[in-house]
Amino acid sequence: MAVENQCCCAKTNEAELYPELEKIITEHHGKPEDLIMVLHKAQNLFGYLPRKAQEMVAEGLGVSLNEVYGVITFYAFFSTVPKGRHSIKVCLGTSCYVRGGQRVIEKIKKELSLKVGGTTEDRRYSLDVVRCIGACGLSPAMLVDNDVYGRVKTTKLAEILERYE
Amino acid sequence: MINLTINGHNIQVEEGATILEAALKADIHIPTLCYLPEVQAIGACRVCLVEIEGNRNLQAACVFPASEGLVVHTNSERVRAARKFSVEMLLSNHPMECLTCARNLNCELQKIAEELGIREVRFTGEKSEGHIDDFSPSIRRDQSKCILCRRCVTVCQEIQSVSAIFAQGRGFETRIEPAFDASLNDIACTFCGQCSLVCPVGAITEKEDIDEVWAALADPTKIVIVQDAPAVRAALGEEFGYPPGTLVTGKMLAAVRRLGFDRVFDTNFAADLTIMEEGNELLKRVGEGGVLPLITSCSPGWIKFIEHFYPELLPHLSTCKSPHQMLGALVKTYYAEKAGINPKDMVVVSVMPCTAKKFECNRPEMNDSGYKDVDYVLTTRELAKMIRQAGIDFRNLEDETYDDPLGEYTGAATIFGATGGVMEAALRTAYEVATGKTLENVEFTAVRGLEGIKEAIVPVEGIGEVKVAVAHGLGNARKLMEKIKDGTANYHFIEIMACPGGCVSGGGQPIPVNNEIRRLRAKALYQEDRSLKYRKSHENPSIKRIYEEFLGTPLGEQSHHLLHTKYTARSRF
Repeated sequence: MAVENQCCCAKTNEAELYPELEKIITEHHGKPEDLIMVLHKAQNLFGYLPRKAQEMVAEGLGVSLNEVYGVITFYAFFSTVPKGRHSIKVCLGTSCYVRGGQRVIEKIKKELSLKVGGTTEDRRYSLDVVRCIGACGLSPAMLVDNDVYGRVKTTKLAEILERYE
Repeated sequence: MINLTINGHNIQVEEGATILEAALKADIHIPTLCYLPEVQAIGACRVCLVEIEGNRNLQAACVFPASEGLVVHTNSERVRAARKFSVEMLLSNHPMECLTCARNLNCELQKIAEELGIREVRFTGEKSEGHIDDFSPSIRRDQSKCILCRRCVTVCQEIQSVSAIFAQGRGFETRIEPAFDASLNDIACTFCGQCSLVCPVGAITEKEDIDEVWAALADPTKIVIVQDAPAVRAALGEEFGYPPGTLVTGKMLAAVRRLGFDRVFDTNFAADLTIMEEGNELLKRVGEGGVLPLITSCSPGWIKFIEHFYPELLPHLSTCKSPHQMLGALVKTYYAEKAGINPKDMVVVSVMPCTAKKFECNRPEMNDSGYKDVDYVLTTRELAKMIRQAGIDFRNLEDETYDDPLGEYTGAATIFGATGGVMEAALRTAYEVATGKTLENVEFTAVRGLEGIKEAIVPVEGIGEVKVAVAHGLGNARKLMEKIKDGTANYHFIEIMACPGGCVSGGGQPIPVNNEIRRLRAKALYQEDRSLKYRKSHENPSIKRIYEEFLGTPLGEQSHHLLHTKYTARSRF
């Protein structure tokens, strides 16, 4: 289920994407003010921002790598770790928060030994927090890929996650 | 002009002035923390808050523009409470290790906490995770003490154009550091230490070598030799209450002898030697059509900068070692032989205004004497600490002088400490060597002062017009490098110093530093130059003697072996 929603990049060999990135950077050569835009495009390409891509962006735009990394670590949108095959997004909007969203997160962190924003070593899952997915009536809610799960119980988590290979 | 009222006083300021500047004009003190004149005004720390009538919120005086009719209060109950709140918030995330901190008694946060009368910190809780980076030989960072004022980031990015550090992460997790949690030792950091000069607290300091030097001094089998750079004598006094620009050469020499150093030599001697070598290198390159412009190599922060960012331009660099490395090599060869001391029993300590020189003395190629040419580098600040640790009453010391034979120096050498000084010294000698005539006016004022890039054209008989340029601060150096790359730099000779103002405001100098202090320290050196009997390097009798007795000729075989070096291309990351 939901395999069609997977990010395509996970299937591609990363090395093959660098010429593509080179093209993007050329369009913004020597323009430090385009940094965030270029990082967006790079992340769309790779699914995350590998170090080599960061170095190429720094060099091409004429920005220090230290500044590039500063921008990446400031915005939650950017990720420096590869995303897993399946994305788990736990809602911490007000309603889910009061109905135990945090407990769901803690349980997943413990079971899969990963941090929020991180990816499991086998690249099966990545975990992120989102603020309200419009399913307040079902709180606490979470998304796995594009499937919504409501009234999530920590005891049922393992069973849900098992379905995603 | 704009008229405004601060605390009931009518003040007139020029358009564009901030409230802080207006207050300063009327001698009204507003405390600041992240603000740094000439470098940064961002209103981030919320310590300079003032109350403005008609404004609902308190405003940061360092960024709020003065305007006609403004009524400002800097000392209301509300202002004092808000400032206290801001500082207490900073302190709630501070280790409060003042008694064991390298900046104890010279810390802006400590001073402000005292000024505001903070007696307790009402907020307790989690503190940011802070780690220590002391892997480089030059700079030590202790993130737990960082207050995120960003002065270091601004100076590194905007003045030095290096951007070795940046704010990483967000909110409570913000850290000032290189990308990927790297150590400064593993990235393109020049170790200029300007960050340590602007850090208001003890988060960025030099990596101290004080204990190692004390151990050498206590070892009866070692002959410990000290040398000091010209900029040190123009600033050390500030650590003992003298006004900026007081030359304390004689007292400093008396103090280092009391610390237990066995011989006291002067880096200035080697500065004269640098001029002999570099001046001849210039004439040779001009005569033989070598790579021009020739660029000076005295500043190790600058050397590391060009190695990282412009490795393709390395052939432009003079091959001369920096003066203190030349002296180290000579102490362990020429002097060791003359004095009958086994160089393996010698420890050479350089007192420098510089943090980059700590890295330089550990470069693998700096052992041409057969030993490590310079064993330890202390900053001016570290020397002051040692003098205090020894309980020496600095102000009441009788003046003393340098030891022979590596202690005699000229005015040309002493001005090395100010931006433009090496250029001026080189011109004095190159002119006379090239023309065989006496230079009547030795003062080349066009290359003096704090303008970022200075240019001059000097007519020299037999050669024609010699075009020179001087840059200080690595941002200015970068501009000149770009000019060389695009072929628009038609100079013969360029002097570059990594630090703004040159060595007088190097990364190892007493804190604080600003343009006024830079000017005063440089003035002291130019005054010493005028007071000396010899003002041209080639007239130094000890220099003449060392060429006769030991080195042979400038650029000769012995010089090449001991006084010249090579460079390493490094990565930009």
